[in-house]
Amino acid sequence: MTSIDHGAAPITAVRATFRTCRFSGLRIESSAEALIKANAVAAVLFLMLGGLMGLLVALTRWPAVQLLPADMFYLVLTGHGANVLLFWIIFFEIAVLYFASAVILGSRIAAPKMAWLAFVMMVAGAVLANYSVLQGDSSVMFTSYPPMMASQLFYLSLIIFAVGALLAVAIFFATLVVAKAERTYNGSVPLVTFGAITAGIIAVFTLASGAIILIPTWLWSIGLISGIDTLMYKLVWWGMGHSSQQINVSAHVAIWYAIAAVYLGAKPLSEKVSRMAFFLYILFLQLASAHHLLAEPGMSSTWKIVNTSYMMYLAVLGSLIHGLTVPGAIEAAQRRNGYTRGWFEWLTKAPWGNPAFSGMFMSLVMFGFIGGISGVVLGTEQLNVLMHNTIYVPGHFHGTVVAGTTLAFMAGTYMLVPIIFQRDILWPKLAKLQPYVFGIGAGGISLFMMGAGTLGVPRRSWDITLTDAAHAFEFPAAAYLMMGLNGISALFAATGGVMFILVVVGSILAGPKLDKAGAKLIFPLHDKGREAVTTYGSEVHPKLPGTIVLVTIFFTCFILYYFVNWKYLSELWLFN
Amino acid sequence: MAITPPSNRLWWKEPINGLELGWVIVAFLWGLFMFFFMIAWHFIGDQNLSNVTYRVSPDVYAEKVEAFADEFQMTDANGELMEEEGVPVVAPPEGGDVYLMARLWEFWPVLELKKDVPYRFHLSSADWQHGFSLQPTNINISVHPGYEHIFTLTPTEAGVFGIVCNEFCGIGHHTMSGRIRVVE
Ligand code: HEM
Ligand SMILES: [Cu+2]
Repeated sequence: MTSIDHGAAPITAVRATFRTCRFSGLRIESSAEALIKANAVAAVLFLMLGGLMGLLVALTRWPAVQLLPADMFYLVLTGHGANVLLFWIIFFEIAVLYFASAVILGSRIAAPKMAWLAFVMMVAGAVLANYSVLQGDSSVMFTSYPPMMASQLFYLSLIIFAVGALLAVAIFFATLVVAKAERTYNGSVPLVTFGAITAGIIAVFTLASGAIILIPTWLWSIGLISGIDTLMYKLVWWGMGHSSQQINVSAHVAIWYAIAAVYLGAKPLSEKVSRMAFFLYILFLQLASAHHLLAEPGMSSTWKIVNTSYMMYLAVLGSLIHGLTVPGAIEAAQRRNGYTRGWFEWLTKAPWGNPAFSGMFMSLVMFGFIGGISGVVLGTEQLNVLMHNTIYVPGHFHGTVVAGTTLAFMAGTYMLVPIIFQRDILWPKLAKLQPYVFGIGAGGISLFMMGAGTLGVPRRSWDITLTDAAHAFEFPAAAYLMMGLNGISALFAATGGVMFILVVVGSILAGPKLDKAGAKLIFPLHDKGREAVTTYGSEVHPKLPGTIVLVTIFFTCFILYYFVNWKYLSELWLFN
Repeated sequence: MAITPPSNRLWWKEPINGLELGWVIVAFLWGLFMFFFMIAWHFIGDQNLSNVTYRVSPDVYAEKVEAFADEFQMTDANGELMEEEGVPVVAPPEGGDVYLMARLWEFWPVLELKKDVPYRFHLSSADWQHGFSLQPTNINISVHPGYEHIFTLTPTEAGVFGIVCNEFCGIGHHTMSGRIRVVE
């Protein structure tokens, strides 16, 4: 905490009211609190809608069930992509940005009125987008590749949403400036804020790409432009579509560090390395839009290799580094907390009953093993041909964005509820179970879609029996099995999602109030007194045998899986 | 802690933990290896997607494919033109040009190729974007209208192969299919 209290009379003489969180010691300004609440609640509502759509999609793709008719399926799939990938994730990210700037730095929000305007625009955009999708004339998938055309309103609503989000990101940066000017903290910004800054910078690039491509597309839908080049569209669209995934990664890695800090007292092993890892994202990720164009005509191999490897691997390097520094920081903290026996006591004695921690750790593991490894393989120039546009692709990104980001954001919500909403978790037993149920489901849908994809099952397809197709083709029985298991996993994920919403909405509305003296948390934060118990290693160079084992297992899996795919590739027909 | 400013104000001068440094180096080398392996595959591998592409208007491409099908449509023992589900079966000359067209909602025409013979394969779309997904081999290539993608394709196994569309192309997407037969 800062020693100087500027709360009452800041340099600019802006009125702002602060309270100090009794549990975390954070200074929280009232409009920051209100904005975080609003964005987080909106996020959860869109997750609810989008998650329901995800369940309907998965049940339709379960061949034995095939719940929806074809036109409804494509409509709902479009809605699913937009609601979860854009609305849930971005609303939550805005909440994270406000938290990482105003709350962590103990500052006021720069321009609360503008921030509310941003929020209103985002809500309007998201609601209009849903309205136009539900009209039925915009079932173009959230990627909306031309020359397929959606209604004008569809593009317009996404533009409104993006502009709102851009405004919110600007408020985040302005808040950093205010915090610096009003000296609400000393020295460099905390690592979590640094991660959020990374997310913010990438967000500007991303949202700008989105505007660059969606505005002409919108003009085309009105009839002012005669045509949109399909390749150019894909290139620029993925400048938004892929880079925005890096916002997610930066934001969820920041949350990993935050949860480890808040609940276990973890410090980064070295600030320098962790910050450099974030910085690599900024430098190299934008260019990875290329790996969406590996199976496209008209792109040279050199272009593909430079963009997917030199650039992408340096961004991957960032994630690989976090993959060691996050568990490493946890291990070091736990050893300081007294769990020093053997290789893994630090992990076995971790607070697995605390949904913030268990969700965070599962997110870390699944993001690495499922989303990360499959992403690198999919993004390799030649290997891409093996699974481009098969359902392997949604399998991969449910590993990153559901098992990784969404689970981390859920875990983060368990931290926000007491600190921001000042309510304790209602139904703690349900909350304890929730990350496991959702995690199993999310891991399952990822793995089974990947499995079906390696057997050739296409993505975004209503019927893999090809019953109405001119030329019959039978997918292997194993593919049907995979799609069935995907449906079952979807039921788990949806149950986990419902549990999450019950707990969060229940806690916000009716959880035990924490603003009275003597209130205790059900899931306690890290007790700073414990830090004194230093029994293992030195602060500067802790020994981390458990982390070494985990990282070795990960790396071995990575290498094996990488080469297995080259072997598959070598067995294909020859083409060059 | 990660939510407080670094305790050491000069954090960038702190020595790096040996384990971290080791991992950064290993991970970096692995990235380099993966980078060079892609380049190497262009020399040691037989599966590299060609980047030969020409701009072509969708109508012109459709005409080319029709001319190709007229010329090489197969005839059966009675001298009748062969069709499968109303689609001509076309057997291009060994090693020659092969044209395949993706359109709403079929891959046209049906092709009959010879095993182990390299063909010069042309692929484009007459309307929207589609996805060429050869099954069960699992070769997946995007198809764009306006771009004629040309690559050499050598079937390495005989049999009947399906093509399914794996780029969403509207309400008939899941019915969009085609066929390639490969004979010894
Ligand atoms: C209950 C949880 C969820 C289930 C059961 C689920 C299931 C599915 C399924 C089966 C598909 C269709 C694959 C296809 O046919 O191509 C899909 C697509 C997708 N999902 Fe999810 N999902 C869930 C949650 C999420 C979340 C939380 C996100 C993002 C944060 C997400 C992002 C996406 C995206 C971007 C697509 C692609 C849509 C498209 O191809 O246009 N999903 N999901
Ligand atoms: Cu198609």
